[in-house]
Amino acid sequence: MSFVYGLKCRECGRQYAKQPTAGCEDCFAPLEVAYDYDAIKRAISRAAISSREKNLWRYKELLPLDGDPVVGRASGATPLLKTNRLAQALGVKNLYIKNDSVNAPTLSFKDRVTAVAINKALEFNLSAVGCASTGNLANSVAANAAMAGLPAYILIPFDLEPSKVIGTSVYGANVIAVRGNYDDVNRLTSQVADRHGWGFVNVNLRPFYGEGSKSVGYEIAEQLGWRAPAAIICPMAGGSLISKIHQGLKEFEQLGLLDNEVTTRIYGAQAAGCNPIVDAVKRSSRQIKPVKPNTIARSLAIGNPADGYHAAGVIAESQGWAEDVTDAEIVDGIKLLAETEGIFTETAGGVTVAVTKKLIAQGRLDAEELMVIVITGNGLKTAEAVQLAPPIIIEPHINQFEQAIKGFAATSSL
Amino acid sequence: MAINIVIPTLLRNLTGNADLVELEAATVEEALHKLDETYPGFRARVCEPSGDLRQFINIYINGEDIRFLDNLASPIPGGAEVSIVPAIAGG
Repeated sequence: MSFVYGLKCRECGRQYAKQPTAGCEDCFAPLEVAYDYDAIKRAISRAAISSREKNLWRYKELLPLDGDPVVGRASGATPLLKTNRLAQALGVKNLYIKNDSVNAPTLSFKDRVTAVAINKALEFNLSAVGCASTGNLANSVAANAAMAGLPAYILIPFDLEPSKVIGTSVYGANVIAVRGNYDDVNRLTSQVADRHGWGFVNVNLRPFYGEGSKSVGYEIAEQLGWRAPAAIICPMAGGSLISKIHQGLKEFEQLGLLDNEVTTRIYGAQAAGCNPIVDAVKRSSRQIKPVKPNTIARSLAIGNPADGYHAAGVIAESQGWAEDVTDAEIVDGIKLLAETEGIFTETAGGVTVAVTKKLIAQGRLDAEELMVIVITGNGLKTAEAVQLAPPIIIEPHINQFEQAIKGFAATSSL
Repeated sequence: MAINIVIPTLLRNLTGNADLVELEAATVEEALHKLDETYPGFRARVCEPSGDLRQFINIYINGEDIRFLDNLASPIPGGAEVSIVPAIAGG
């Protein structure tokens, strides 16, 4: 059963029927799913949620499917871990990691959005699905399309990391590498979606797709014992995830599911080589000035972020902030998380850890307050970003081993 | 010299469903003016009342975003393809 009564323009409020739609016909702004919250309030409870399977469908009243999910049944319900050694290294007390680098089936938060979008494609009887992607979405659309038995058309920048290309092709998807950056891919995809009646998850299925990201917010609150944290630090590419996490917390508050008021400050993280949303926040503006991306954080390299306008607004209204970090700081962030918490994240996670460090140093995050870092992707997909010394090679003799470990003791950093 | 303007689905109810419009214009501003003459209301759909391009729409000249050029004053070379493309979500 669905509690969705239609779609609504986020900016001008115009209402639309529940169907694949790219944006508002009047102002071109993104559309959002409109729910009957009164009916949801009567249907949902902590007890009902707690009794269900551990995946994102435990919040099904707040997700826009009409029937039961066919694909993405294992997505969501990723760990929320209280850090010990990372918190110590950063000089804070209550630092948690929401670890979507182990999401299913393709090891990024995108498994949440495609779980919703591909199920909607099936409900709308669309003949094929597709997306424009910087990699993680490509992986996830390809995997879920395979499970749904739908052909997939995936457009990516031609110079994407090899693991992200293989992690798409392996599912039998039709992969098209476009000579250009992600913004070029986006432009082409928008025109392809106009011409073919397929379901492009980030074009005409976009209103539904974004809803999957709200489950990050629901899970953080439930895993903290039905509480909203003081601060959330989240990476930004297109700018959708960060505002959807905030929306998820606000929905839980509205439905009376939380013990505290949502006063969560939202902090956005980008790479210095692609920081259009950070730039807007620092100008106290919502207007995005597009940039030409140049960063190793390929999954965040969107120079003209479509949801940047909204993200900048959510950050400002929550009294948060946004920061950016250099490529060297990103690699240090990846290593710090790996060496302190045993979590190998991709470049986007390096951005988030490094920005958190910067925000703590700036005094924007208090050492005692409860903060959550959102780690959105897995390090094995961008392994080449981290240049590490090769292992020492020895002959199989004990004395050579003893000699080798003397060198390790001297270089141990933590 | 003539240029081609690629019209997205969301604007085709104004152009009688035409997905490509050929006209003569030296700048984006002039092209929008001519589109508005032929298809009344076209400019108001693409631009804010202030005259600026709407936040959620992009215009490209041969693939280059006019925000990297001279916005609505950007010159259009003869024979160029001008695309009007609504913004799409990240991926």
